[in-house]
Amino acid sequence: MSKSAVDVPFQGGFNFDLCRRNDMLSKKGVKPPSYRKTGTTIVGLIFQDGVILGADTRATEGPIVCDKNCEKIHYMAPNIYCCGAGTAADTEAVTDMVSSQLQLHRYHTGRESRVVTALTLLKKHLFNYQGYVQAALVLGGVDCTGPHLHTIYPHGSTDTLPFATMGSGSLAAMAIFESKYKEGLTKDEGIKLVVEAICSGIFNDLGSGSNVDVCVITKGHKEYLRNHLLPNPRTYVSPKGYSFPKKTEVLLTKITPLKEKVEIIEAGEAMEE
Amino acid sequence: MTKQNANWSPYDNNGGTCVAIAGADYCVIAADTRMSTGYSILTRDYSKICKLADKCVMASSGFQADVKALQKQLAARHLIYQHQHNKQVSCPAMAQLLSNTLYYKRFFPYYSFNVLGGLDNEGKGCVYTYDAVGSYERVGYSSQGSGSTLVMPFLDNQLKSPSPLLLPAQDAVTPLSESEAVDLVKTCFASATERDIYTGDKLEIVVLNQEGLHREYMELRKD
Repeated sequence: MSKSAVDVPFQGGFNFDLCRRNDMLSKKGVKPPSYRKTGTTIVGLIFQDGVILGADTRATEGPIVCDKNCEKIHYMAPNIYCCGAGTAADTEAVTDMVSSQLQLHRYHTGRESRVVTALTLLKKHLFNYQGYVQAALVLGGVDCTGPHLHTIYPHGSTDTLPFATMGSGSLAAMAIFESKYKEGLTKDEGIKLVVEAICSGIFNDLGSGSNVDVCVITKGHKEYLRNHLLPNPRTYVSPKGYSFPKKTEVLLTKITPLKEKVEIIEAGEAMEE
Repeated sequence: MTKQNANWSPYDNNGGTCVAIAGADYCVIAADTRMSTGYSILTRDYSKICKLADKCVMASSGFQADVKALQKQLAARHLIYQHQHNKQVSCPAMAQLLSNTLYYKRFFPYYSFNVLGGLDNEGKGCVYTYDAVGSYERVGYSSQGSGSTLVMPFLDNQLKSPSPLLLPAQDAVTPLSESEAVDLVKTCFASATERDIYTGDKLEIVVLNQEGLHREYMELRKD
């Protein structure tokens, strides 16, 4: 049997073949297209009965708001949710992927998913891509071992914390947490603190804005409070409204019949079917 | 050793949006009051509008340090003009002065995007729009700054200024009344604030007419 060296295309993962070409283009002054980042404030804290996650709802493309009310708290498992900051496509893709993996694992083991499982799956994936998958996550949930809260950085490192913030508004939110957090908060106190931290990010960070989403996870129960607070209504609506012309204005109508310009030649055989 | 470019830039962008609309016998000049740098807010209460003469008001967005220096320069030149001519400078004259001042620094520009509004010698509203190095044009309305790309198409749709290339020359001023123009400006800013992160906090509106100068404020989204 002859041994032929066959170039099998690399299965899965990124293909770095175009890196040289991109490098050459950037030297010529061609800018790469920008991607949509969430420029965000996301937070999480542990209270006496479980975990509370919070997020703002603004998605930006550079200086422009592309989505005024997007969802940054992603479902991972019935007892685990994950907030995502960074490139929107990356956070969506990585949380969806790990969520599916967790479901398969639940079928395989017959048990409720654990937060550390989600954590390990996420960090393995992110480390594997050496930071190119730009997803900074706040993972929280309650499983048989208790409530857990973790932060995951784009390069794959993780922290386990009682309270955490990520995103461009993380400093504004952390300032609130560092001043007011204490152990053994009740559910209402916890929600109030999370809302305050997210509002701090919304009003003081230009990358965050619009509304506050909250998710409360306790043993055996979760509450996803979408748009829990809407502190930014539109300030002015013109009382008389505006009218726009229903169709494009017709400036000129000119009909040029084309039949005279076409010569019809009768010769030639009919086309075969 | 490969050529290294400067790691320090003398410029910064403090954001903001400015708008001006000319009417038959009035002029509306408006700007938001947010001053920012990067993703942070420096202050929610900074006026970008400067009164250069009795009938001439300028609104500028961009690098506010350069804007402040430019305003000082123009104020000094206006004072000299008043000493020499014993009268206030007219809006078209100030427009030319601003253009010359900007071009003077052609090779180290004022990072300032200006829109000048006022009443011309006949008492009609006039608006002049500039780029950073002094190219200017008299128009019926204009907007500059980070939110200008959001505001300009809306003004084009609502005000539809005739092209300056048309013959015979048509009047650039809008037939709208003063209150309608102010209403339009409020809508422009409320909408620009929704989508531009650098625009917001408060709106300052200045209206110039024969009676003089009138200033009003409106709240905008603070996020």
